[in-house]
Amino acid sequence: MLARLALEPGDEEFYAEQLSGILVHIDRLQQLDIDAIPPTAQVVEVANTLREDVPRPGLDQADALANAPAAVDGFFRVPSIQEET
Amino acid sequence: MSDLTNLTELTIKEAARLLRLRSFSAAELVTAHAERIERLDRRVKAFLRFTPELWEKQAEEADRRIARGDLGPLVGIPMAVKDVLCVRGVETTAGSRILSGFRPPYTGTAVSRLFAAGAVMLGVTNCDEFAMGSSTENSGYHPTHNPWDLDRVPGGSSGGSAAAVAAGEAMIALGTDTGGSIRQPAALCGVVGMKPTYGRVSRYGLIAFASSLDQIGPFTRSVEDAAIVLDAMAGHDPLDATSSNRPNDVLRDFDAGVKGLRLGVPREYYDVEGIEPGVKTAIDMAIKALREAGAEIVDVTLPHTDYGLAAYYIIAPAECSSNLARFDGVRYGLCQDAQNITEAYERTRRKGFGTEVRRRVMLGTYALSSGYYDAYYLKAQKVRTLIKRDFDAAFEKCDAIISATSPTVAFPLGSRTQNPLSMYLCDVLTLGGNLAGLPGISVPCGMTDEVLPVGLQVLAPQWREDVALRVARAYEVTSGVKAGVAPIE
Repeated sequence: MLARLALEPGDEEFYAEQLSGILVHIDRLQQLDIDAIPPTAQVVEVANTLREDVPRPGLDQADALANAPAAVDGFFRVPSIQEET
Repeated sequence: MSDLTNLTELTIKEAARLLRLRSFSAAELVTAHAERIERLDRRVKAFLRFTPELWEKQAEEADRRIARGDLGPLVGIPMAVKDVLCVRGVETTAGSRILSGFRPPYTGTAVSRLFAAGAVMLGVTNCDEFAMGSSTENSGYHPTHNPWDLDRVPGGSSGGSAAAVAAGEAMIALGTDTGGSIRQPAALCGVVGMKPTYGRVSRYGLIAFASSLDQIGPFTRSVEDAAIVLDAMAGHDPLDATSSNRPNDVLRDFDAGVKGLRLGVPREYYDVEGIEPGVKTAIDMAIKALREAGAEIVDVTLPHTDYGLAAYYIIAPAECSSNLARFDGVRYGLCQDAQNITEAYERTRRKGFGTEVRRRVMLGTYALSSGYYDAYYLKAQKVRTLIKRDFDAAFEKCDAIISATSPTVAFPLGSRTQNPLSMYLCDVLTLGGNLAGLPGISVPCGMTDEVLPVGLQVLAPQWREDVALRVARAYEVTSGVKAGVAPIE
């Protein structure tokens, strides 16, 4: 559901078997006693890089829409996002 | 100019010298590569698409620069670009059907810098879909074949780039390395491949797989060529907040040799499970050669090596599941129509993503979901700390770490596709470098009895590309083992 992958019949068994094999390997992490170890999210020293707050050009609208599967009036066009009431 | 075929076997350094001597023009150099591609790439399948308009224009410009006396080392040098690096107006798909037809509105920083340095783009190279794989068989388009044995894989995920350089179809190819995706295919194809320190090269314009691990780097046929290309790409970029503003000193002491350097051999890497005897023999000879060249070989230990793969296969899929959420059929790429938006997302992603990508997105969303976050993602991040500390401790005892790049030589096409874990194990000696953000290089260190290339990996502390390059260069000089073009005609 989270991943929006739309599994089809047969997919569940196929992936369940493969992912279980991978998870068995991954479960070796549970052997480690690491409660006191801090987590690492990134490994280099740069943090909170800021720049001057000055406007600069971004993508213009035509470039941004050039790859859109469907565009209308300068917007991306998508199917309805709400059920009609 | 005499014989066109020789032009595709030169190193960058040699080609640059001959261009200055007017032995041939940049236009002739690119034509020689285009002809070789035309002749061979039907079998190698390194490329996904070609950019003739770009190469004609860039080669003309290069010839003008040479006529003006421009001495830049990359002016007129033919280059291939992995299909994950955006080039304005050139279809870029990350090896995925979900991005078919996508033409980026901008060019990424690494590529722009090489264009500015005078490199000439030949085309876009094949890779595993979204750089997820170790054989290039996960490409949404077709597999690539190893130029040393066309029935074998080139490695991956940057397999098209490695194969292009090994086949003499390009002098430079760019790749990306998230768990070994430059170094492992370089080893399997017998060329030089370098992954810089995380933050050395801007990732702006790189289609993200795992943002805390991805780095862009070069494939070439000599260590010096790799250093030249890295030097031109590296450095701070305001468009990537993780790019470093450290001075760009990758070529410092390049030719200083290894005398007096301490090279660590981690026992966990030396005796890694599944290492092939032919690989071990080649590595033993490389260690011997480096010792004879004056290096002190020391034993080191990386005690959490056995947990690296497990941590990596949580962190990388977690980051990918988040990064790949943007492929929804709204702004670019494939779009499947439907009655409502949720169904459109699902049908688009169902049709556009291949098996390995779906597997990793599932794994990643699972590891990040509430209830499992602490058991998987947080734990993996803690193990990442331990792995980084392992390297920190090892680098107190040595200046660089040496090992095989891959436990195996190139394997037959199709031999590992049914068992994802066996494919993941290809990266067991390289992914630690990504988790710790280290620079690493793979340099050819001979052939097995079956005439398949073996790669020697040199890992250095963060920001010490100069040390990795210096060791690799010393090995290349002392051993006489040179990366060459595979005997394919």
